[in-house]
Order: sequence, then C-alpha cells, then structure tokens
Amino acid sequence: MAVVLLLYVIIGGFLIKVPSIGNNQQAARSIFFHLPMWMSMYTLFSISVVNSIWYLSTNDLRRDIRASSAASVGVLFGVMGFLTGMLWSTYTWGGTIVNDPKQMTTAIALAIYMAYLVLRLSFTDLDKRARVSAIFNVFAFALLIPLTYIIPRMVESLHPGSASSPGFSSQDTAGTIKMVLWPAFIGWTLLGIWIYTLRNRYKRLELKNILHG
Amino acid sequence: MANRFSFLLLAGLMFLCTAVLGQDTATRVIDGATQQQNTETGPVNEFFRSNSKIYVAVGLLVIIFICLVLYLVRLDRRLTRLEKE
Repeated sequence: MAVVLLLYVIIGGFLIKVPSIGNNQQAARSIFFHLPMWMSMYTLFSISVVNSIWYLSTNDLRRDIRASSAASVGVLFGVMGFLTGMLWSTYTWGGTIVNDPKQMTTAIALAIYMAYLVLRLSFTDLDKRARVSAIFNVFAFALLIPLTYIIPRMVESLHPGSASSPGFSSQDTAGTIKMVLWPAFIGWTLLGIWIYTLRNRYKRLELKNILHG
Repeated sequence: MANRFSFLLLAGLMFLCTAVLGQDTATRVIDGATQQQNTETGPVNEFFRSNSKIYVAVGLLVIIFICLVLYLVRLDRRLTRLEKE
C-alpha cells in the first residue's frame, strides 16, 4: 500500500502541472516530498507520546520500547525534513539556513528529541530509563506543538503557515497539487510506521530475555 | 557502537544549536529573500537552477533516499550482530 502510493506520488509529483509562482518554479514539486516528512514525524511522535503515557500507567516495558522506536524514526523523518528544507530554501530563499522562525523552532524541537535519545543511552537500569525518558517524552511533545506549529503562525515569515503567508488550506492550494499531496501524506506516513515496526521488532528481540524471563 | 552513536547525536545537537544561535530577526529574511536572490554561481548552483529548478525536487528525493537507506543499513548491522550472539 505504502509502496504503491509512493510510486504514484513520485511519478505523479514530477508529471503533473504545477503553478509556477515567483522564483519557486519547478522546485515547487518539492512539496510532495518535504511536507509529508513533517506529517510522518508528527504521527510518529504522537505514537511515541501515547506509548510513553501508556507505559507510565502500566509499567509495561514493551510500551517503552514502542515509544523509543517511534521517537527514533520520528527524528529520522525530522532530519530528512530539515535537510530537504535546507536544499529547497538554498535555491528559493537564497540561503541554506535563513532566519526563518519555523526553521529555528524546528531545529530546537529536533534537538529536544535528540536529547531524548541521548538521555536513553545514559541509563543502565531499564525501569529507571523507561520511567525518566517517558516523562521527558511527554514534556518534549508538549514543547513540539507550540514550537513547530503555534509560534511560527504568530510571526512573520516566508515559510507557508506563518502570520503573513497562511499555508496549506482549501483556498490557496491548486487542485492538482492536492491530488498528489494527500496520497503523499498517507504514503510517507505509512512508510514511517513500517520502519518504526521494524525497529520495534528489533528492540523487542534484543530485550527478549528480560521481557519474558 | 552505542558510544559512537551517542557521539554522532551530540555532534548533531551542537550543530543544530549553532545553527539556531546564529540567527537574526525574521523580517530580515523577507527583505533578504525578496530583494536579493541567491545569485552565487558555480557548476553546482548552475546545475540546480537549470531546467526551471527541477533538480531541486530531484535533490530532495535523493536526500530522503540516502537518509532512509543509511537508517536501514544501521538497523541491518545491529540485527546481524544480534543474530550472531
């Protein structure tokens, strides 16, 4: 399913007609690959925080493994989104890392999640690690939403989805773009979830003796 | 392996921090981007701007592919090590 959707997105994304506005030109097609990265990241971080809360209420280590796997793959997608954004902005905004508030706050949010992964490495006791990192994860998620979604909406920026340029909505996105963009969201998110289950199964295998012993 | 991984993470963290701290106000961006385009020349820049910048989109796809493959290769290596034990 994910593979079929992504094939459609990649082929369709390069073949359909997109409106050429300003200096974006054909680079506007990047939206089919850059935006779904963030959708996928939000989905994975949501999975992560739900599992962290679940762990805190049940003390089931498997929930903690799920949370860490989702956060790890979420960071992967976040980094991919950041790198693709850097390349895109180099040729449309005129700088790899510009003073865009969304770029800055996203960098902070990603740093927080990387800190979560580093924090996990610093414990030897499994239960302690699970509990502390679950609490950290809840705070990280509570910061993620205002940092990447609310603050950029309140300040001026070139980035779509800010105060001066409302992004993705029913009025200002061409129909042909949406026709590819929605399958792109679903396809990339499914791919992310698939990688997350792979990593989750690996981690469970690694801790098999502890979980069932 | 775990040490090397955490080192990489820390390096990435520091890189992001410097990227964030070296910033200015948002209005400057808008001025900068609307008034002056990225006009740097050189073979790489010329290539990305050719054919109406279509290669920017291609480059994005290449970045995503490389990152996914790197992550999966790392997972594969760790799985192999687990199998050997």
